[in-house]
Amino acid sequence: MTAALALLNAVFWIAVTLVGAALAAWAFRALLATLAPGDRRLWRTMPLPAAFGMLVVLLYALAGLLAPWLAPFPERAVVGDAYLPWGGDFLLGTDNLGRDVFSRLIFGARNSVGIALLTTILAFGVGATLGLAAAAVGGWLDTALSRLVDVLMAIPALILALLLLTLLGASIPNMILVIALIDSTRVFRLARAVAADIAAQDYIEAARLRGESLPWLVRREILPNALSPLLAEFGLRFCFVFLSISALSFLGLGIQPPAADWGSMVKDSATLITFGDPTPLLPAGAIALLTVAVNFVVDWQLHRASGLKE
Amino acid sequence: MTLLSIRGLTVEGRQGDAWVPLVRGIDLDLQRGEVLGLIGESGAGKSTLGLAAMGYVRPGCRIASGQILFDGTDLAAATEAERRAVLGARAAYVAQSAAASFNPAHRLMDQHVEGPLLHGTATRREAEADAVDLYRRMRLPEPDRIGLRYPHQVSGGQLQRAMTAMAMATRPALIVFDEPTTALDVTTQIEVLATIRRIVEEFGASALYITHDLAVVAQMADRIKVLLRGDEVEEQGTREMLAAPREPYTKSLWAVRTHRRAPAPPPTAEPALAVEGVTAGYGALDVLHDVSFDLHRGRTTAVVGESGSGKSTAARVVAGLLPARRGAIRLDGRPLAPSYRSRAKADLRAVQLVYQSADTALNPRQTVRETLARPAAFHGGLSGEALDRRVRDLMAMIEMDAAAFLDRLPSELSGGQKQRVGIARALAADPDVLICDEVTSALDQIVAEGILRLLDRLQRDLDLAVMFITHDLATVRAVADEVVVMKGGRIVDRGDRERVFQPPHHPYTERLLRSVPEMDPDWLTRALAEPRA
Repeated sequence: MTAALALLNAVFWIAVTLVGAALAAWAFRALLATLAPGDRRLWRTMPLPAAFGMLVVLLYALAGLLAPWLAPFPERAVVGDAYLPWGGDFLLGTDNLGRDVFSRLIFGARNSVGIALLTTILAFGVGATLGLAAAAVGGWLDTALSRLVDVLMAIPALILALLLLTLLGASIPNMILVIALIDSTRVFRLARAVAADIAAQDYIEAARLRGESLPWLVRREILPNALSPLLAEFGLRFCFVFLSISALSFLGLGIQPPAADWGSMVKDSATLITFGDPTPLLPAGAIALLTVAVNFVVDWQLHRASGLKE
Repeated sequence: MTLLSIRGLTVEGRQGDAWVPLVRGIDLDLQRGEVLGLIGESGAGKSTLGLAAMGYVRPGCRIASGQILFDGTDLAAATEAERRAVLGARAAYVAQSAAASFNPAHRLMDQHVEGPLLHGTATRREAEADAVDLYRRMRLPEPDRIGLRYPHQVSGGQLQRAMTAMAMATRPALIVFDEPTTALDVTTQIEVLATIRRIVEEFGASALYITHDLAVVAQMADRIKVLLRGDEVEEQGTREMLAAPREPYTKSLWAVRTHRRAPAPPPTAEPALAVEGVTAGYGALDVLHDVSFDLHRGRTTAVVGESGSGKSTAARVVAGLLPARRGAIRLDGRPLAPSYRSRAKADLRAVQLVYQSADTALNPRQTVRETLARPAAFHGGLSGEALDRRVRDLMAMIEMDAAAFLDRLPSELSGGQKQRVGIARALAADPDVLICDEVTSALDQIVAEGILRLLDRLQRDLDLAVMFITHDLATVRAVADEVVVMKGGRIVDRGDRERVFQPPHHPYTERLLRSVPEMDPDWLTRALAEPRA
């Protein structure tokens, strides 16, 4: 009887969450359609999951930016006993050192998301530029860069990251550089493959015959045509980078304590799961939600890009 | 006996939020053993009607009203299962591009037997034996073994015949041929046409033959139906239609091959561009052997030949995309660097290329304005108002309305408009030599005619030396002052147009000339009866 009730209860709350998410997405889309600049049609025809994804990304960004004002307690202060339960002064309880979990979740958005964004931009800057250039120039530059990337990709990413961080020392700048390097190899491969198709088109030949320089070819002729797949990859890559950072933090080589980070927060409170306390699932859930949200937006972009080609 | 009877058929396609008619209220009757030709420009609804005759519409389209009575069954109202029983079994389709329609990952035979096996008309063994028989009737080489090859291992003409064989595999009562020879050389086309005609007669099949080439339809069809933007213009027996077209539109179609160039100025002593003894190729393979010809100001030199004859390679050598191994290219007497990379900016400006496929020749992310402004700014050093004026002048030259088209993307232009913009981009550099690589072969005859007239006028106004590459001898007749005939990377015949087109011909020129379909319904029969050169 109680089991059935509990199941019914769970189903009810899942349904409420889904309907709530759909409603929020719908309202957000309506808001965008009336307020946002540019092509109104674009926003109105946006599918609901994409609207939901954008809403979540926006909320995360706001949480990150406004963390000091939103969080009830400072990021690093010990404010109570260890492992206090949910409720009372501490909305989501405290962690193993007595820090407020809710506040740290909000600050974690700033650290984890901010660093992931910076790393992804860096990986794209390097990977896309080199990939497009390799395709446009071809010859020895293409061969040299491609083989270098093959070598880097031959080593499992996590092991390479651990190795490099151990050599260089675990710090946030080092971690950003190492993950950006590893992920830029993936971006390079995609950018090169996309650009190689474009570089074979007649209009690129026409531009070459005009005597255009390499930067013009890459920036004005190739890049605009490669932008859709690259943007889609940006979203996916952001998720992978995010997970890499969380994984490294969980292993103790990423964002260093006492800074709040969702990966290390899972590690710190992992033991609670054995007592039936869902606290360690919160930062993990925050990671999962962002990943899903970003992918919704990416899927929408991919769909639009493929529609454009018809 | 009527096999197919279409009444009041309207097919609509989705455009944004609205349904737009693609064919409107068409009636069509096809007797058993009869061939009906469907002609019209692109967008006339030929293919839509051809597919609808089999009860099929493309994704995003729907049959809005009308009846498609195929052997007593109304395919417009039929269930999916009933339709599938007809498709590929009793009605078959031969597409324009066999290369794009065969799956490159499977052998020809495996694809051939799919239909019979799916519809249960034969066992695999029977179907294979029948395929070999069909391949033999199609006069394919090595009929016993050709089925084991992959699509890329046979030539374009052979692939088109293999596809016709595949359509015959279930002995359908109706075959829809959708421009089956448009992508082929004239010498290949004549073989495919002969095969199709023979096989349709042998099996007593009915056929819809879709094409935009009037001379071809004259050979193939018993009756001709003319379509214009989804509406029927007129339908008559082939001979009556050729002798006396009733409607003004049909008359304009018939009149389309009439463009003739005004006499060009005589060649000057110093050619604008001279190709001297050029040998060039890819890797270890020579594609061009000792090729020489001149381009003179105000005159057009047509380079003609089948695919693989090296005519496009010659253009690439002149443009510097493929450096010559031996020989020289002179611009106004000065030698040009073999590779475009080492040519001076002024030399790059002097030689401009117009591409065959306007779809890949224009950057899809650049507006017409950006496309034209860049070469004008790059080579002419123009900016601001002078640049804007130059771009508008260019639009006037190609007879397009600047206000309406300057800010459009290529995807918002028709095929003919794209080709005009491609020409304007070449002119923006203010060239001396214009290389036109099959610029009309992807276009309808009426649109192509407009492009030829435009090029003709531009050449006179700008005193351009034009190298015109084509496989179509009708076009050569219309535009050329001098003709260079190429075969296997060598020049086999050259001279003034009058000289080349008047007998006695070089044997290869003779063969090319004889392969060009004429508007006479008896031409194919006659051409096949004559001994091969």
